[in-house]
Amino acid sequence: MVSLQDMKQTSEFEWEIPQSYRSDMRVPVRIFATKKLLEAIMDDKSLEQAVNSATLPGLVGHVVVMPDMHQGYGFPIGGVAATRLPEGVISPGAIGYDINCGVRLLGSQIEYEAVKQHLSDLATALNQNCPSGVGKKGHLRLSEKELDQVCQTGSRWALKQGYASDSDLRRTEESGFIEGADSGKVSRRAKERGRPQVGTLGAGNHFIEVDVVEQIFDSQAAQAMGLVKGYLVVLIHCGSRGFGHQICSDYVKDFQGAVRKYGIELPDRELVCAPLNSTEGQNYLAAMRCAANYAFANRQVLAHFARKAFEQVFAGKVRNWHLHQVYDIAHNMGKIETHTVAGEQVRVCVHRKGATRAFGPGFEGLPEEYRSIGQPVLVPGSMGTASWVLVGTQGSMERSFGSTCHGAGRVMSRSKAKKTVWGEDLRAELQAMGIQIRAGSMAGLAEEAPAAYKDVDDVVDTVAGAGIAKKVARLRPVVVIKG
Amino acid sequence: MMTTRRTSGYRELEHIADWELEVWAPDLASLCEQAALGMYELTGARLVLDKRLKRELEVHALDRESLLVAFLTELLYLGEVEGLGFDMFEISVENNTLRAQLSGAPFKALSKEIKAVTYHNLAINESPSGLEARIVFDV
Repeated sequence: MVSLQDMKQTSEFEWEIPQSYRSDMRVPVRIFATKKLLEAIMDDKSLEQAVNSATLPGLVGHVVVMPDMHQGYGFPIGGVAATRLPEGVISPGAIGYDINCGVRLLGSQIEYEAVKQHLSDLATALNQNCPSGVGKKGHLRLSEKELDQVCQTGSRWALKQGYASDSDLRRTEESGFIEGADSGKVSRRAKERGRPQVGTLGAGNHFIEVDVVEQIFDSQAAQAMGLVKGYLVVLIHCGSRGFGHQICSDYVKDFQGAVRKYGIELPDRELVCAPLNSTEGQNYLAAMRCAANYAFANRQVLAHFARKAFEQVFAGKVRNWHLHQVYDIAHNMGKIETHTVAGEQVRVCVHRKGATRAFGPGFEGLPEEYRSIGQPVLVPGSMGTASWVLVGTQGSMERSFGSTCHGAGRVMSRSKAKKTVWGEDLRAELQAMGIQIRAGSMAGLAEEAPAAYKDVDDVVDTVAGAGIAKKVARLRPVVVIKG
Repeated sequence: MMTTRRTSGYRELEHIADWELEVWAPDLASLCEQAALGMYELTGARLVLDKRLKRELEVHALDRESLLVAFLTELLYLGEVEGLGFDMFEISVENNTLRAQLSGAPFKALSKEIKAVTYHNLAINESPSGLEARIVFDV
């Protein structure tokens, strides 16, 4: 078990576990946390998992861990690891089963005070339009050919089908489409799971939330994003559904053989990996990109149906009910990027699992209106607490492979949460706070109780204090839809 | 959730973000069966009892841990694509191949979703009563 004595504090917000801590580590571990946040996770195994992750072949720099870190499986949630091309490895477990899970933020011109009496209707309309919950299928039934198009073209498929605008795509990470996807590398099982699920939210910690912009911290960035204090916004959190889960499962199984073939020894079988330049590594990259494109298209279709719900409720009641896209960003993904490591420009595969890309100002991949402010970062808090809009910084490029936090981070186990919190009580409590809840399962709701999470404000204060993100706006939820 | 500590059974363990199950049984076939029963219980699965049906499945893998994961993953697939759950199993394991006769029914209710069966710290160990394992599910 890693203890505080094993770590060196390098600043108020940064700690390091040196490479000498364990003989099989290839790089040190850099942790972004206050002492309070660090102590909150000392009881779980996230730091041990971070040390295990530091054994992956081909790592450069540090394994980085965010302040919302918590114990996951294999690689910790909140972890970032970069492996050098071409011979470094790619590890499906270090990206996660929900490939390209992420968050989309839509802004509006609707003032909360003017419409608050309609929020119950809005919650019902969103719940009806955006299918959520276990086993729920979507409004669409894709043919095999259509699914292939989703795999190859992501949100561009949604644009062709009338579920998106050009502006939506421009304001999506990678413009909603990653090159190099090959649906021939995806199993029949994954395709069968994926076909009925485009445009579905799923269950667990996924949600659609309507929030009010409560406080603006950076007026220039907020203006560029069209965020106005007191106005409604919509947050959509979900990923690649059963399609991505099956792809990751298939490749974690396949890579059990690949590590033997390439003589790679690892402390945990969930970390299995293959060299990026191997056939196995290339096959996973191509399949992972299919799931990434699927997730972009999924959030795009959900955004379309969220707009439909807004139209149903607000047409005739407000002058402009349109929802404009602010940004869509992933927090479970492997990306080929260039970073400066020890003064050298290196092509790397950045694994982010529960961590968000946070590129600073000047990044060419950003739409023009965001190029001077940095890449938008969307950080959902726990249900009923705040969510945040941040932007990436030069500091994140220098310290964390252009990455920052992704949420609040759990502190209480699911089994304890469901023993101590009653879903019905929680719903009543949240409704008393003025939050409209629609949930598919009361047990599922209890597991996601705010008490099971860290304080998202502490997490955001830490990344802002460390300089790996900058605050733009704080959002307060008024409607929550959960599967 | 806990079954009495007989020769085979399962119980849920505390896990911060996901679900973890401890499973024990005299042999690999019964271990897979207990793991399946535990997995269904975690998801709150209830079956339509008057619509019983049978299925067969076969999975191949490198070793016994991989067989266990592949078997449970296949059950998740059948649950998601066909809406089926199972409560009776006849399982045989030979030379890294697992064959199972499954008896079950469509789900009447399923309150929670499992994304995947992980290999995290997965090892099937010998125990005084046979075999035991801990399985972490991504949820």
